[in-house]
Amino acid sequence: MTVGIVMLVHTALNRAEQVARHWTSSGCPVVIHVDKNVDRPTFKAFQQALAGDPLVRFSKRHRCEWGTWGIVAASQSASELILKQFAEVSHVYLSSGSCLPLRPVQELIDYLSERPRTDFIESATTADVPWTVGGLDQERFTLRFPFSWKRRRRLFDGYVRIQRAIGFRRKIPTGLVPHMGSQWWCLSRQTLSAILQDPNREEYDRYFRRVWIPDESYFQTLSRQYSTNIESRSLTLSKFNFQGKPHIFYDDHLQLLRRSDCFVARKIWSRAERLYQAFLCDGMAAMKKTEPNPGKIDRIFAKAVERRTRGRPGLYMQSRMPNWDWENGLTSNPYSVFQGFTELFENFEPWLAKATDTRVHGHLFAPERVEFANGQTLINGALSDSAKQRDYAPRSFLTSLIWNTRGERQCFQFGPNDNQDVAWVFSRDPNAQVSVISGAWAVPLFKSNRNFSDLRKDAAKFQKIENEHLKILRKSTAKAKVRIWTMAEFIEAPMEPIQTIVDEIGAISGRRLTEAPTMVDLTGFGQFLQNLKNQGMHPYLMGDFPVEPGPINQPSPPRKPYLVR
Amino acid sequence: MRLLRKRQVIRAWRKSRELLAVQDLTDRIRSDDILLMSTVHNEKIRLPYFLNYYRDLGVNHFLIVDNDSTDGTEAYLSNQSDVSLWYTSASYKRANFGVDWMNWLHRTYGDGHWTLTVDPDEFFVYPFCDTRSIRALTDWLDNSAIRSFGAMLLDMYPKGQLDEQPYEEGQNPFEFAHWFDSGNYTQKKNREFGNLWIQGGPRSRVFFRDKPKKAPALNKIPLVKWNKKYSYVSSTHMLLPRGLNHVYDEWGGEMASGILLHAKFLDTFAAKAREEMARSQHYAASAEYMAYADGIKSQPELWCKFSEKYINWRQLEILGLMSKGNWA
Repeated sequence: MTVGIVMLVHTALNRAEQVARHWTSSGCPVVIHVDKNVDRPTFKAFQQALAGDPLVRFSKRHRCEWGTWGIVAASQSASELILKQFAEVSHVYLSSGSCLPLRPVQELIDYLSERPRTDFIESATTADVPWTVGGLDQERFTLRFPFSWKRRRRLFDGYVRIQRAIGFRRKIPTGLVPHMGSQWWCLSRQTLSAILQDPNREEYDRYFRRVWIPDESYFQTLSRQYSTNIESRSLTLSKFNFQGKPHIFYDDHLQLLRRSDCFVARKIWSRAERLYQAFLCDGMAAMKKTEPNPGKIDRIFAKAVERRTRGRPGLYMQSRMPNWDWENGLTSNPYSVFQGFTELFENFEPWLAKATDTRVHGHLFAPERVEFANGQTLINGALSDSAKQRDYAPRSFLTSLIWNTRGERQCFQFGPNDNQDVAWVFSRDPNAQVSVISGAWAVPLFKSNRNFSDLRKDAAKFQKIENEHLKILRKSTAKAKVRIWTMAEFIEAPMEPIQTIVDEIGAISGRRLTEAPTMVDLTGFGQFLQNLKNQGMHPYLMGDFPVEPGPINQPSPPRKPYLVR
Repeated sequence: MRLLRKRQVIRAWRKSRELLAVQDLTDRIRSDDILLMSTVHNEKIRLPYFLNYYRDLGVNHFLIVDNDSTDGTEAYLSNQSDVSLWYTSASYKRANFGVDWMNWLHRTYGDGHWTLTVDPDEFFVYPFCDTRSIRALTDWLDNSAIRSFGAMLLDMYPKGQLDEQPYEEGQNPFEFAHWFDSGNYTQKKNREFGNLWIQGGPRSRVFFRDKPKKAPALNKIPLVKWNKKYSYVSSTHMLLPRGLNHVYDEWGGEMASGILLHAKFLDTFAAKAREEMARSQHYAASAEYMAYADGIKSQPELWCKFSEKYINWRQLEILGLMSKGNWA
């Protein structure tokens, strides 16, 4: 009772030789198939090097190209040879030249002799798994594929299209249910010989010869016909990337591979000297009886695939520059934009910083300079406060800021006097919480001591800009959490909206706000608006303000902070 | 574009006549060797560490153009058994800032090889570079059918004034110049050539504060599986054919990428800036060096409170300056 190894080899023959010797030294016979693409002298030298080993045989050489029949033909002839020449073989293990046994061979032999009738072959119906790359799943069994995918891609694609167009469908031989799975299997002698000696084999072979990637379906389908006990998993640890190519193991995976308890791993980088040294000595025969547990390796490779296909949200860099709407998140973290608050309240910024434990900036997009929190000239990531730098790429500025300060929520003020380009970015961003008190830009104008004609000009300009901005925020494409109040609406009951916003930021858990920000004294504001109107400039964004001083239910005196219980 | 590529080829061939072989060991190059190509000018002090750094990464052969050095560069380099050396006294600027020479070297010796094109102050860092050789990377790229590999230039600087700490021959410049800017970069797509145009970092922050548009480009594609039909167009910022510039993913994912640590800002910098200004051999009429010379006089410290201290490639990966992509 032993296990026979079939080894398919095409490069790194020195490594294949090393691994073959490792198998035979534990009494496992090895049949090697060398790709016909390997030139004759190299093959001869390789054969010569292993000539002294009585347990090594070489099978008939076929030309193996990825996705074609050659690999199945190679496995067939090598399997036939090993079953014929080594009668004591009870299981046959299909492996490649870049496979590496991770556990002592004896453990594999014991494991298999405890399960003499079990076939380890990953085998699933095409409908149930999302493995396939390139969109050909069921079709790989119903179309013909005479052209090489690697060398004659156009012909390959064209021929597929033609067949689809004319509705061509091949007939699957009766009784067969197409299954697919990893090409690296370990089958018992009974099952394997039944497949190889099947009276219908010629018909099956003819059929599979024109199936796409038959090495992932030939044995997987046929073993379903004969096996009494299929374990649908591969004993070979082999992970695939998003292009369907195997991940490669390097020296730095040593500990990971050790802990995986898998019997064989693929694919090993041929120059991973440390791995070959560590695993090709039987010194560490601890004789564990554990089941293979590739969980951790699975996670690492799944993460790598995720990074390659989805990336890190909110990151823009040299190798990630997503197209419009392919960002998977415009920014990395939630942040808040306040419009009109700092104008309406005297101490809004320090108050907000205290109430929410966030970093509260001033107008980041102000025309003269970037108003970072606490008057800083630089911020995380050495982002500069130069307005020119910021306006050169406002979007990069915002996304960099949010990326650089991951872990700390950012709040900033925005208004019609700021660079408006960035509004297009945050309005589309689900991470943005945008709260607008429309028309509040009029408060600083009202408070300022300037000529009325200048004020009127600014008011007209700001009103126009803010109106455009509100349109952007109200677009159906806007994904930000937008809340808009007119100023008149807001000052009627200011604490309610503020409570909602702060709760949503949710930094300090579930407490009611005890202290409100102080509102600017608005006595005379109504008259100010009326004056603008009298000058022909109708301010409409702030809602309806009565001309008489003070809004109706503003507690008086308004300067005193009030408590909300 | 094809015409431009042809023009590059002809230029390279024309300019190749300016090159004089000092030490031609190119017959030692084996078919799968990884080659490094570079142009140097009075940089002998940097060379010992530079060569050793890349030897350790697994570069097999160096092909270097010496542009009129007067500091013993030639004598030093012709003593190395893995360096092929050419000499020229011709104008760096008129050879398209050395690109023509590089293109000729690539065309003549690089065909079918992985070639790394870096300046003597650029140090290539890639995912897993502390445990895997550059050959592991190129094998993986081959396996994934990727022809070119991007690495952004990351300006490194010391804390304090540039001339506080003198650099000594053979020393690792990042022993003291180990600070960098981690998050002030901008990326724009260049529609014409398909590459990304990256700017930012300390140079933009300090020297180009009010004219960021003029700040130097940081995007580079130094590692290419060369084919004699390829050519560099502008430094190693972009290549032709354009497909080679596509080292970034546009559908949300991240491709693997590296970093070129840029050890430009050492005590040697001020002297270099003066010399290069006099030579007027640099891009945009040495405007860059002019800006530096101004900046160096007035505000000589690049370091700031938010500078990040360099630890290893994993740190750069976490900061989002480079990516492992699909490599694990």
